[in-house]
Amino acid sequence: MLAAQIAPVLAEVQIHERSGTSCIAQNKLCPGWIVDNFDRYTHPLIEHIVLVVTSVTIGFAIAFVLALVAHRRRWLVGPIVALTGVLYTLPSLALFFLLLPITGRGTMTALVALTAYTLQIIFRNIVTGLDNVPADAKDAGRGVGLTERQLLWRVEIPLALPDIIAGVRIASTTTVGLATLAVFAGAGGLGSEIIAGSNITFKTGVVAAGGLAVLLALVLDVFLLTVQRVLSPWRRARTA
Amino acid sequence: MEKGTDGMIDLHLAVLGQFTDAIDFILHTREAQTGGVQVGGLSQALDYTWEHLKISGAAIAIACALAVPAGLALGHAGKGELLAISVSNIGRAVPSLALIAFFVAYIGVGFTNITFALVLLAIPPILTNTYVGVRQVDPEVIDSGRGMGLTPFQVVRRIELPLAVATIFGGIRTSAVNVVATATIAPLAGVLTLGDYILSANVYGDDGRLAGAMLVALLALAVEFTFAGIQRLFTPRGLKIAA
Repeated sequence: MLAAQIAPVLAEVQIHERSGTSCIAQNKLCPGWIVDNFDRYTHPLIEHIVLVVTSVTIGFAIAFVLALVAHRRRWLVGPIVALTGVLYTLPSLALFFLLLPITGRGTMTALVALTAYTLQIIFRNIVTGLDNVPADAKDAGRGVGLTERQLLWRVEIPLALPDIIAGVRIASTTTVGLATLAVFAGAGGLGSEIIAGSNITFKTGVVAAGGLAVLLALVLDVFLLTVQRVLSPWRRARTA
Repeated sequence: MEKGTDGMIDLHLAVLGQFTDAIDFILHTREAQTGGVQVGGLSQALDYTWEHLKISGAAIAIACALAVPAGLALGHAGKGELLAISVSNIGRAVPSLALIAFFVAYIGVGFTNITFALVLLAIPPILTNTYVGVRQVDPEVIDSGRGMGLTPFQVVRRIELPLAVATIFGGIRTSAVNVVATATIAPLAGVLTLGDYILSANVYGDDGRLAGAMLVALLALAVEFTFAGIQRLFTPRGLKIAA
């Protein structure tokens, strides 16, 4: 049965083939094939990056506004955490098809769902970060005559930055993984190469696309860590 | 999409209609899209739910049996912090779809193989939370336990485990929700969970797919709330007040 399933994919694979025919025909792991066929992955990879970056950015904007509101009105923290927690609990495959009657098949559905998943993690980290700002620092800010708004933007948010970016890092890594499922919502991405036409027995394809997803998660993580280092130089000075 | 008020009302009714059709699919059997066999109905929905719970439950149980003792041992000894913490970060970076696909491609389809894949998915949060939970125990409490003549095993069993149990259940809860979500793609590996309604829309139709999405979402929420309840139940009263 599996041989019958894999036949169409292998046929397609053989058309693209430039080297290692027997390796692919025997369905082994073929690094040579990945190198020769790398262009096959560029479009899904770009789709994947667009999905992740867009949803994390929108998610961050929403969570940031919610956190600033909740920072002033503490009683809102509980309900917001509970609500975003429910969103986070919904399995992505289910959420895609629950949204389908409303947003239709395609990138929009995937973006709404992926954005929804980032809210909980980022919101929590911003609130924690703002709570962890030392009272001394805030007092000093008030002492030099900062208004509440200036205090927020010049003292509290800069000092909360490591916690905030830690949240964005977790959200981006998680979203890279979840976005592999966006293919089921009709939004493409690396998942389309993992399941390769609802067939997940093509070893080389699974390793190549899965590996690219892991690599993308790592690259985004290192990028965000660098952003944090650049934006909060005083922490580097302290640890050095 | 029409912009007028009538258009909006029509759209709302159409969306609502799709959801009621999906509920009808869960309650009553109908002929498959592909013809011949009957699909849908309560007994099939219950069968798939049971299969979904069975594979998720098995994976969580095995993951707990492996990760909790390992986390307790590492936490008690204060060793392997890098391993206990980074296993979670690595686990997060590996897409669950890639993990399942990897298992299917290299090991094969079937209940046992996919359970094993889900175990791998479930271990990191439980291991990390167990480790962190044990490390968070106040060293003075452990010292006083030692002073009273407790053996190392008794320190783990009677001090570290009870004080870490709420954090451990937090990890199990994260894993359980994650495993239930991932068990949705198990039909790709020949295990007929609720995900089959979603993934085989050519058989069950659009109503079946939406019905599957509703059932999977409800199941995940039920698991989340159950484990949140258990977590509260196991939190020592003293810690609840502090939190």
